[in-house]
Amino acid sequence: MSINEIQDSIIDDFSILGGDRESTIFYIMELGQQLPTLEAEYQIDENLIKGCQSKVWLTTDFEGGKVTYKADSNTDITKGLISLLIRILSGRSPKEIMDADLYFIDKIGMSGVIGSQRSNGFAAMIKQMKLYALAYSAKQNA
Amino acid sequence: MIDVQKIKQDFPILHQEVNGHPLVYFDNAATTQKPQSVIDALNQYYTGYNSNVHRGAHALADKATREFEATRETIQKFLNAEHLEEIIFTRGTTEGINLVAATFGKAFINEGDEIIISSLEHHSNIVPWQMLCEQKGAILKVIPVNDNGEIIFEEYLNLLSDKTKLVSVVHASNALGTINPVKDIIREAHKIGAKVLLDGAQSSAHLHIDVQDLDCDFFVFSAHKVFGPTGIGALYGKKDLLNAMPPYQGGGEMIKEVTFEKTTYNELPYKFEAGTPNIADTVAFRHALEYVNELGKDFISARENELLTYATEQLNAIDKVRIIGTAAKKVSVISFVIEGIHPYDIGMMLDARGIAIRTGHHCTQPLMNRFGLEGTARASFAVYNSLEEVDKLVEGIKRIIKMFG
Repeated sequence: MSINEIQDSIIDDFSILGGDRESTIFYIMELGQQLPTLEAEYQIDENLIKGCQSKVWLTTDFEGGKVTYKADSNTDITKGLISLLIRILSGRSPKEIMDADLYFIDKIGMSGVIGSQRSNGFAAMIKQMKLYALAYSAKQNA
Repeated sequence: MIDVQKIKQDFPILHQEVNGHPLVYFDNAATTQKPQSVIDALNQYYTGYNSNVHRGAHALADKATREFEATRETIQKFLNAEHLEEIIFTRGTTEGINLVAATFGKAFINEGDEIIISSLEHHSNIVPWQMLCEQKGAILKVIPVNDNGEIIFEEYLNLLSDKTKLVSVVHASNALGTINPVKDIIREAHKIGAKVLLDGAQSSAHLHIDVQDLDCDFFVFSAHKVFGPTGIGALYGKKDLLNAMPPYQGGGEMIKEVTFEKTTYNELPYKFEAGTPNIADTVAFRHALEYVNELGKDFISARENELLTYATEQLNAIDKVRIIGTAAKKVSVISFVIEGIHPYDIGMMLDARGIAIRTGHHCTQPLMNRFGLEGTARASFAVYNSLEEVDKLVEGIKRIIKMFG
């Protein structure tokens, strides 16, 4: 599936919740609990994303022209949020990641659900994921 | 007889829905809501007599000055200070502590001197002393707490020495609710000639404050935690001590005479009140204290104790919930953790049901480290809260555990 197809499917999943805040948060937490735990060796300060109130560790691999992401967090909600980003962006080329227009965030009314502080953290996650893509792209073109 | 139902009616903000549920506001340790009389006072100042204080030669300035100074008198009575000029207006607790650190510190703290704080302090009662110690080569000592979150008094006695110049402790902990044995702390400090500052940010709304009976040298508090506006607070200091301290900031009301050669400073309390003050909020501050006086601290304490006792019993009965801070004497603050669920997530899930609590380290990171925690969830009660609202909190917590615990 393309990045946009996955986004559309996420928008569908959230629309079933009918905008109910509690159900939406519960759903995000469930997504968080389903994301595999990141190995302890990667849960180190160097992998922490700056700008998140909760702790979020992000690590990447670059093989065959594709970036894969793995992440973990100390809170289920934050882990749920990054699991959505992984679902959309992992296994893509650096260019696809850099060009991705993440319209699902507005469509599901994410900022209203998670509040301003977590929205800032969410933006920091996206920025960090795109920065990795940029770095791999530069490496590819070097 | 106080009409309990009427109390909530006095607070317009409490009558709203949040996320489709009636608001339950349990973040009172962070800031309290404001009664209509306080909101009206702000409005009346700006619509009726907005004017600068102390200098104007006209009716509005005269009224503004009288209303402004009337707050000082109300604070004097609220704290039972001996002299009116012992009340200095500040922006709040944090500025009060910084003022003492800057001025008392400048005059009386020297290299090798020691300042004692406790493990219960919030950052505002840690950082100014760290900064002062760095400037002066003084040493900061910390009284440890036991597993209940009470300071270990023997350890405090061990820290006291002829090097101790100041003891600065919280009267009641914002993070755990612990009420410190401040009279004993002050008595022991005075035995060796040290001065004592009490951080009354949390105690001022809940406990009777009598600075003469306590015999503290300084007491600081903020209006916004006592149903008043933000950005205004007060510092009480013993007159002789304040007189012996240099001014804080320069300009405005703090001068007596200025020439380019030399400036002489104004008398107390104006010596410490540079610049145009926060007049409207100062005026409204009085209305907040009058509101508290009308209800009476005995009534407030009794009602808050009822809420605290009930909530403690209910939370203790839930497996997977652990209350952090089980001191014998507490104000109406209940900090807790739920096994396997991060406090941030607890806060968000309760918010979805219209329940406002605080989560995180509560600006007391060293204290959280002491308990091996990143943070807690904290419900803090005020006089306008009800047992039914506590039931909603308990129900919300049980639901979270059922779903994710």
